Amino acid sequence: MIEVKHLTKWYGRVAAVNDISFHVDRGRIVGFLGPNGAGKSTTLKILTCYQPATSGSASIDGLDVLSQSMEVRKRVGYMPEAVPLYPEMRVRELLMFFAALRDIPRRRRSAAVDQAAERCWLSKPQDMMRRKVGELSRGYKQRVGLAEVLLHNPPVLVLDEPTIGLDPAQIRAMRDLIRELGQDHTIIFSSHILAEVEQVSQQLILIAGGRIVAGGTPAELRQRVVGPSRIIAEIRSAGDEADKSMIADLAAIDGVKEVVPDTDGQKEAGWLRLAIQGTSAADLRGDVFNLASSKGWQLRELRRQVGSLEDFFIQMTYQQSIKPAAMAAQA
Amino acid sequence: MKKCLVLANRELSTYFYSPMAYVIGAMFLAVTALIFFHGLGLLDIPPVFRPGEEASLRSLFEAMAYIMVFTAPLLTMRLMSEEFRSGTIEKMLTTPISDTQIVLGKFLGVMSFYAVLLATTLVFMGLVARYGQPDAGVAVMGYLGMLLLGAAFTAVGIFTSSITRYQILAALVGITILSVFTLLMGQLAVYAPSPVSEIAARAGAMTYFRDFAKGMLDTRGLVYFISGTVLFLFLSVKSLESRRWR
Repeated sequence: MIEVKHLTKWYGRVAAVNDISFHVDRGRIVGFLGPNGAGKSTTLKILTCYQPATSGSASIDGLDVLSQSMEVRKRVGYMPEAVPLYPEMRVRELLMFFAALRDIPRRRRSAAVDQAAERCWLSKPQDMMRRKVGELSRGYKQRVGLAEVLLHNPPVLVLDEPTIGLDPAQIRAMRDLIRELGQDHTIIFSSHILAEVEQVSQQLILIAGGRIVAGGTPAELRQRVVGPSRIIAEIRSAGDEADKSMIADLAAIDGVKEVVPDTDGQKEAGWLRLAIQGTSAADLRGDVFNLASSKGWQLRELRRQVGSLEDFFIQMTYQQSIKPAAMAAQA
Repeated sequence: MKKCLVLANRELSTYFYSPMAYVIGAMFLAVTALIFFHGLGLLDIPPVFRPGEEASLRSLFEAMAYIMVFTAPLLTMRLMSEEFRSGTIEKMLTTPISDTQIVLGKFLGVMSFYAVLLATTLVFMGLVARYGQPDAGVAVMGYLGMLLLGAAFTAVGIFTSSITRYQILAALVGITILSVFTLLMGQLAVYAPSPVSEIAARAGAMTYFRDFAKGMLDTRGLVYFISGTVLFLFLSVKSLESRRWR
């Protein structure tokens, strides 16, 4: 559905996007992930025919974004990061205007507008449709932007940072909506907030410094987090001497690299909070529990910290940032 | 073509919504009224409405033409600049509408507002008709000239709006360009040595407009204003296209 091949975009001397290629199948929800300035927005702008690439090609539904621009635009609904709307227009007016621009026949315009508004929860507060866009809060403005994108029911939705500036409830609502829309549309959305992207996407593309550093399903990427297992255990403290021997015993378990006090979480008097670092990815919880019960320790929390996507993100993007630094050092 | 009309409709609504347009319109009418009753010594325009004198529509039209040097850029300055500033241009350029349609739509929108503004000047016509015997031919040709001149001037304004995000710059550059084509050329045609004076006479807008104000339909004037309009609208489209590549 979306095909990008060796896409490059130079802004003056900076390559915002440097030789990226990826493929998105029809009907998938793809999360485009990366730190600020990674090239996410630039790529989306090229896909939506807003700007041309310096080299490489991009196509949607087999249509090239440069040579078949009009056809591509008809099949894409694009919501830019800033959600630009005309502030002096009323919500309904604005949606009718864009419906007309989208070639929706006059008879069907009103119905299309109502349908899109319904889907984006714009019809609930009774007077919402009659309010001026400029008066709306960020959350509502984004819903209007999304409604506008849905008007002509395009097969592809391109959303640039759709949840930015929203409060947690609104973010959840937007997430649910994206998931729901994913049933009928191919969606590519960008974000630098991992939690949302993880939950909604079926496919992730991680971009940093203008290059794609990783791609795959969230589960695949999580597994690629390099690092041994880490177990958090909270045990009742029995005095300094007893604690020291507890720590020594834990460190003696086969497969434990070191045991250190855990700095995360709340410190409660009388309880010892430890982080048990393993040498491999093996699950040591069973061993810790057995040791604790055999020694009679009071164990009240035993938790395994799985490699998170955040770790992966930081690892991959850190690598990306040290590469140019290393090259600069060599030059 | 249909989409141009949709855009034009929106622009027209925005004009009627914004206080700016009413202020500019009022200013236009106020200055016209001033000249109507008092004349403008600076440009050798006598008052139109004087007792005992023949009511000269020609001076009225000439006055309105000069006022357009300021009015047109003020009316058009927000057309493209505001879209750049607010970011709505990003939405426009990713909709299945061509750059030409965008420019044409804006042009039609501002021309519609201008037509309404011109219609309100009929009050001056009415006054002259009440107390004198105005020449119908002069009136018709005068308004035709105003429309053609308005088209060319607003086209210049749309162009200057399309080259900057700042409305004030668009207005200032527009006023400068139009001043060159009216005031400067006018002065050069009179005071400069030949051949400069000859060229200036043919390049200045007022030369051609005066014929319309006299009631004459000279095809040279038609060609001048229409080609000027087309030229600046074309430049506006190109300016818009070039934005994508930046």
